[in-house]
Amino acid sequence: MGNLTLSNVTKSFGATDVIKGVNLTVEDGEFCVFVGPSGCGKSTLLRIIAGLEDSSGGEIKIDGVSVNNTPPSKREIAMVFQSYALYPHLTVRDNMGLGLKQAGSTAAQVAQSVARASGMLSLDALLDRRPAELSGGQRQRVAIGRAIVRTPKLFLFDEPLSNLDAALRVNTRIEIARLHRELKATMVYVTHDQVEAMTLADKIVVLNAGRVEQVGRPMDLYNDPDNAFVAGFIGSPKMNFLKAQALGEQGETVGVRPEHLAISRDAGVIAGRISHVEKLGSETLIYVRAEPHGLLTVRQFGEQDFAVDEAVYLTPDAPRAFRFDAGGLRMR
Amino acid sequence: MSVSRHSPARSVAAHAVLITYTLIALFPVFVIVINAFKSRKAIFAHPLALPNAETLDWVGFKTVLKQGDFFQYFLNSMTVTVGSLFFVLLFGAMAAFALSEYRFKANTMVGLYLALGIMIPIRLGTVAILQLMVASGLVNTLTSLVLVYTAQGLPLAVFILSEFMRQVSDDLKNAGRIDGLSEYRIFFRLVLPLIRPAMATVAVFTMIPIWNDLWFPLILAPAESTKTITLGSQVFIGQFVTDWNAVLAALSLAILPVLVLYLIFSRQLIRGITAGAVK
Repeated sequence: MGNLTLSNVTKSFGATDVIKGVNLTVEDGEFCVFVGPSGCGKSTLLRIIAGLEDSSGGEIKIDGVSVNNTPPSKREIAMVFQSYALYPHLTVRDNMGLGLKQAGSTAAQVAQSVARASGMLSLDALLDRRPAELSGGQRQRVAIGRAIVRTPKLFLFDEPLSNLDAALRVNTRIEIARLHRELKATMVYVTHDQVEAMTLADKIVVLNAGRVEQVGRPMDLYNDPDNAFVAGFIGSPKMNFLKAQALGEQGETVGVRPEHLAISRDAGVIAGRISHVEKLGSETLIYVRAEPHGLLTVRQFGEQDFAVDEAVYLTPDAPRAFRFDAGGLRMR
Repeated sequence: MSVSRHSPARSVAAHAVLITYTLIALFPVFVIVINAFKSRKAIFAHPLALPNAETLDWVGFKTVLKQGDFFQYFLNSMTVTVGSLFFVLLFGAMAAFALSEYRFKANTMVGLYLALGIMIPIRLGTVAILQLMVASGLVNTLTSLVLVYTAQGLPLAVFILSEFMRQVSDDLKNAGRIDGLSEYRIFFRLVLPLIRPAMATVAVFTMIPIWNDLWFPLILAPAESTKTITLGSQVFIGQFVTDWNAVLAALSLAILPVLVLYLIFSRQLIRGITAGAVK
């Protein structure tokens, strides 16, 4: 099928370096997610892999063959875009079949591949419609179908769920995960949403300002982050960063996830005052202002009866806290 | 719906302004058309009166159709207008695509250079253009007019179209590239249909000055076989005697083809199949 190797890939627009030397290997059949804040270069990196942008330096290999000078259509890749990018003048059937037709497949082969893909995504009833007659969720399924038809070595997803509403996003996410299991294909997926990254990925690549911060399995990043950036980015709600000095600890900051902070009305390590409470039914988020640390988030299961302006004490779960130095690096 | 926007007084006021403007704009056309059907005496006696049984006179149209080769003039005007329009839209859209789609070193400079033509009237170069046409043996050909009008129409076309091309989704073009479409197919099959409303706008703006132009036909192609309709109408305007019936009839007839072209393009303006291409 396909594996992908990036060696020291760089990209500059004029004097601005957008990608600052990325090394990465994606194994055959792996689901790899690029995640990072907007402007971190993750979409640019995906475009470089697709061949839609030239890299300024470094090498891209698909299945061990350098594709630096190969045009996108010859790289045996398929891409799903955030805005769906369906051809407005073609029916769903022709939208899905165009790539194969261009590559010189016979009409029978195209029809067979389209039928297989539309069966997988239950698009059979929509095949003769035009994109304008479809809803947002249907359009994105067609776009995914268009990618499947090509049986590529590499699937590339560029924030495919960002234009969908919350309920559809969950459904489509599950659908993509199912497709990955069925097709056993190599997929590279770009998102700024760490929930998508955690739920879909075999391997997460956290990018920040054009650099790879850490690569690993979702639970490795959650339980064992290399630095403060990864610790803050993975996990929702965000990790609390406490001032180490105020706690009498080594280093600059101590990171404690909201689920690892205990709250009590009677006693604890940090004294504070509740500034806001969010009750979600299954869990309660309590925001506590505690100087000198600032606003801290506490996550409690179930319904909890805390009121705004109450004085409370917080206690970090010490073995699950992370210590970071002044440069944000983890102290182990 | 807010009440203030739909109050009858506002609505009446807005329509009054629009109708007044329409009347002012259409009045000269109206006067030309009604007088084209009147006798010479009636034109001067009551220029604003409608033709009646007494004053109705087809002499203007008869003169126009009899004298000179008016059908030929029409054909010449049509050829020049449609030909120039075709090249302006084709080259304008291609240049606009290159400017908006590809990053190259002189991109901004080339864009500015092309836009310069909007600010400098092409008539300033008449002498040089005439010399050029004489040297290349194109005087008294329709080709010379098509060339000049294409040059005249391109700057605005490139300027407007490149603005619209920038709005066409990058994802759509990239999807085409991944599916193996050539840049030409992406341009003709994906991008052009999406900017059809803009093309129609440019077509209307380009077409009308070309159809109405007297300057270049008079200088570059005044021969009988290459006269355009505007130039052809001038034979009825003399230094001492003017055949007003014929002039007015010729002008009335000249309105028709351009009206038909306009109707064709204005339907395109409204259509457009952008819906559903991208969210």
